[in-house]
Amino acid sequence: MKFTLSWLKEHLDTQAGAAEIARTLTMLGLEVEALTDRAQALKPFVVARVVEAKPHPNADRLRVCMVDFGAAAPLQVVCGAPNARTGMKGVFAPAGSYIPGTKFDLKKGTIRGVDSNGMLLSERELGLSDEHEGIIDLPPDAPVGASYASYAQLDDPLFEIKLTPNRADCLGVHGIARDLAAAGLGKVIAQKTEKIPGKFKSPLGVDFALPPEHANACPLFIGRYIRGVKNGPSPAWLKRKLEAVGLRPISALVDITNYVTIGSDRPLHVFDADKVRGGVRVRFAKPGEALAALNDKTYELTDGMTAICDHERVLGLGGIVGGEGSGCTEATRNVFIEAALFDPKRTAATGRKLAIDSDARQRFERGLDPEFTAPGMELATRLILELCGGEPGEVVVAGKAPEWRRTIHLRQSRIAGLGGVDVPAPQAESILKSLGFTVTHAGDGFDVQPPSWRGDIESEPDLVEEVVRVHGFDNIPAVSMPAPAVTPEPALTPAQRRAGIVKRALASRGVMEAVTWSFMGKAQSTLFGGGQAALALANPISAELDQMRPSILPNLLAAAQRNADRGFPDLALFEVGPVYASDAPEGQSLHATAIRRGNNAPRHWDAKPRAVDAFDAKADALAVLSACGVPLANLQVDAKPPVWYHPGRGGVLRLGPTVLANFGEIHPRVLKRLDVEGPAVGCEINLSAVPLPKSKAGRARPLLKASPFQPVVRDFAFVVDEAVPAEQLARAARGADKVLIADVSVFDRFSGGALPQGKKSIAIAVTLQPVEATMSDAEIEAVSQKIVAQVAKATGGTLRG
Amino acid sequence: MNDVETLKSKWLGAVRAAGDLAALENLRVEALGKKGEVSGLMKTLGSAPAEERKALGAAFNALKDEVAAAIEARKADLGDAALDQKLAAERLDVTLPARPEPEGRLHPISQTIDEVVAIFGAMGFKVAEGPDIEDDFYNFTALNIPPEHPARQMMDTFYLPERQDGSRLVLRTHTSPVQIRTMLSQKPPIRIIVPGRTYRSDHDMTHTPMFHQVEGLVIDKTTHMGHLKGCLADFCRAYFELPDVPVRFRPSFFPFVEPGAEMDIGCSRKGGELKIGAGDDWLEILGCGMVHPKVLRHCNLDPAEYQGFAFGMGIERVAMLKYGIPDLRTFYEADLRWLRHYGFLPLEAPSLVRGLSPS
Repeated sequence: MKFTLSWLKEHLDTQAGAAEIARTLTMLGLEVEALTDRAQALKPFVVARVVEAKPHPNADRLRVCMVDFGAAAPLQVVCGAPNARTGMKGVFAPAGSYIPGTKFDLKKGTIRGVDSNGMLLSERELGLSDEHEGIIDLPPDAPVGASYASYAQLDDPLFEIKLTPNRADCLGVHGIARDLAAAGLGKVIAQKTEKIPGKFKSPLGVDFALPPEHANACPLFIGRYIRGVKNGPSPAWLKRKLEAVGLRPISALVDITNYVTIGSDRPLHVFDADKVRGGVRVRFAKPGEALAALNDKTYELTDGMTAICDHERVLGLGGIVGGEGSGCTEATRNVFIEAALFDPKRTAATGRKLAIDSDARQRFERGLDPEFTAPGMELATRLILELCGGEPGEVVVAGKAPEWRRTIHLRQSRIAGLGGVDVPAPQAESILKSLGFTVTHAGDGFDVQPPSWRGDIESEPDLVEEVVRVHGFDNIPAVSMPAPAVTPEPALTPAQRRAGIVKRALASRGVMEAVTWSFMGKAQSTLFGGGQAALALANPISAELDQMRPSILPNLLAAAQRNADRGFPDLALFEVGPVYASDAPEGQSLHATAIRRGNNAPRHWDAKPRAVDAFDAKADALAVLSACGVPLANLQVDAKPPVWYHPGRGGVLRLGPTVLANFGEIHPRVLKRLDVEGPAVGCEINLSAVPLPKSKAGRARPLLKASPFQPVVRDFAFVVDEAVPAEQLARAARGADKVLIADVSVFDRFSGGALPQGKKSIAIAVTLQPVEATMSDAEIEAVSQKIVAQVAKATGGTLRG
Repeated sequence: MNDVETLKSKWLGAVRAAGDLAALENLRVEALGKKGEVSGLMKTLGSAPAEERKALGAAFNALKDEVAAAIEARKADLGDAALDQKLAAERLDVTLPARPEPEGRLHPISQTIDEVVAIFGAMGFKVAEGPDIEDDFYNFTALNIPPEHPARQMMDTFYLPERQDGSRLVLRTHTSPVQIRTMLSQKPPIRIIVPGRTYRSDHDMTHTPMFHQVEGLVIDKTTHMGHLKGCLADFCRAYFELPDVPVRFRPSFFPFVEPGAEMDIGCSRKGGELKIGAGDDWLEILGCGMVHPKVLRHCNLDPAEYQGFAFGMGIERVAMLKYGIPDLRTFYEADLRWLRHYGFLPLEAPSLVRGLSPS
């Protein structure tokens, strides 16, 4: 919503300056987004008279002008404008001024050998319009030496307010004036809405042909015929007002409707009455009907759109836009003015469907003051009679304004109880009254009737807000939150805390945390088990971001490639975030996902870098699970990774039947489809599936039982089939004696050499921890034999000689 | 006795002259070995006169001990010299770089959420969560945003496909639906904050289709607008870690609160540089208000009994303001240079006691 200070002063008698008004508006909830003073940029420019204009001695198209701009002596200016002539008045810019329209600093100069001390300006150079045919040609009575901005009444600060949707009443300057007056910044000036008697019966009637169940589409339609008007350009004051707020003046009749729309929040339409056939009828549009609208576009209409018609065709869309066929022109002699009420929801729906964003729609869809329909008509009639002449007919009324009166009780105690500041009853009453509310004392407070223009006021908290807002939010004393306990309880659940620990665990391993979109392209998501129709966005911002992600890997891999393209080929990235298996809340789970690409480290004089491999990814996955408190010894590894991994270089980690994580080298085909160069490895840990530790009272740990006897380490090497997983062998060894064997670790594997084809050797170190006494050689030998037997039974392996 | 003196000077001289451990060992065998010259003296005792035997014996033993001690001393000296020589040969160029250890960093969004949680946690707030894919009831209807409400047009909502019953799920446009989920599942008093992902169909200089918000909700029987002001002013002072952060509350409108407000923080824009703190200008950072009675009723809470406040704040926005990050879009690019520059070491979680952010 834009308006100027002078426009505001038509509605508010105030001495306040623009800055104070702006501050007050903002603190009333009418946030001033911009306050611009156009006069500032035009300050150096003055009205000047061309005393003499002579041809330039060295250039046919230039003139040498002596310019009187109110100084002691005229200055010489070289001017190229075709209309520069002796005796004319124009706008002078002295050397040293900044020309806002063409954005340059004007300097003294010599043009083709003749000195020039300034410039005569066009409208474009002033930044006022695109007009550049010639220099500004002012009327003979323009005072020489006067500031051009004040002469042209451009010294009028412009306010731009960001209106919240509830304040429909402030889509008119008058409503804004009302709020300012309530805040003590002046007095509201009443609008000229006295009834103008009609001098003849209206030749055009109005009837409704709406389906009875949709009568609320247009509850009230007021029309008035004015005959013998003369349409033409608006007077300068009206043009200036509209131009200042960014509206293009068209003709007096159209400009008046815009003036009443902005000034009084009362959209109107003026038909050329001679183009209306039969009478005005309000009905729904019929499928197939079209409207050539005033904005030079043609719209296909559908049922349910409120159309203003004559007896033959659609003339306009109620509350949205008028039609070309019945619009006013210079030739218009008789007019029919429409002031109506339209259903906000239907207006919004129609406007949205046709993508028409007009000043009228903006107002109707937020809701208009139902009681200002007839006064608005009188306001417009008076202006038309003043500016276009003519003779007014009698007002035609169809329908009536819907009932809007309601009473809301406001308890005095609620002002402090909810608003946090005690506004004494007399002050609260006076605030409400100044906003137009009707207030009567009742019981523990007031019975309050909101005014017709405040459709947004529905309940007691709304009234508290009105009182406190005008009283000033600044005046609410700030109170710190009462502490629920001296020492706060943890804010995080164990699962939330764990997600934080996982981030720190990965970052400590040198992995950088990234945050990427929750959506991705459908093609990418399909490679990672996604792509369900139910998880596609109906209105994505682009085809690359149209599917909820089934995995974070594609986003991280793409990010890795972008970094590689920038010269950082070796990197590790992780993200802890949501992935989506279905559109149900349970379908969303929290994944910690990490990738590594390129080499494991930069080149170093001593440590040779190597390409990242599946074991880097496995280590990341194990680090995450360990940080989650998962007993790693109980984890099982299945060498059956999901399809996006290399089929022989990846796996899943599970705890019993529950799959917690997967890891591996990314499948080369997947990398190719993603346009990512390898090597790249990754892991995904489903944090939602990782069991939480049992909650227990206290944090005491079990007593440490450290054996006093020295552990014994024995190494074994087994020859097994290539297909035997190392973990199976180690697990068999571990199972040989659950009491004595404290640890089994695989420390070597090789194949080839002296080994037969299809066989490999796996070496394990077994740690025996004696419990009761140091072990004898015989006891050690006995355990060793059990180990060999167990391994042979489980894997067919034989001890290497 | 002269023999003793002669032998002594002979062997001690030889020990001193021994050039390495091998030579010294040879000397030891020649002097003190079973057939050594010094050991051999003892065998001559038997042929010595009886009255001299005792003195001679003592002298032989002293000689033996002295030679042995000299050998040991020389051995230690030779050992030290050998070690020195070995160490001299082992010299490294310690100016060479150490083995590389990559340094990971946390994203500013994680850091900022941790900071926000630390502050509100101290005020008794707990962290609540909800799904990103929401239904219409939680995201709009229960928050007093009916289907045709202009506020639905204010938010550019991402929709999922229409379902058989004609309904459509949405990507939550704010973290506010978690207010509803919490009030429906928990009894007051309630104090929660909800940091999380939110989505709006917007992509330009200052908007991204996904961003993070933190929602706050307090429901009890007495919390009023003064508490709302106090709570958020206390938050700003703690969060920005500046001596003076003025705040201002302006009336505003959100369908789910009444009265509604926006909070500005003080700033200055002198010389085109934005600085948070006392200054001549204001910067909007969040929307807030008292929970609307209709919202309470949707959650089966009686507005005559319960009241409270809610607020919603952009995580990226406050991160940008605090840490001087100029461009919102860079948060999601995973540019290594950006992550290194704006990221945080994982060594310490933000805490009000230890300090919120690294200095």
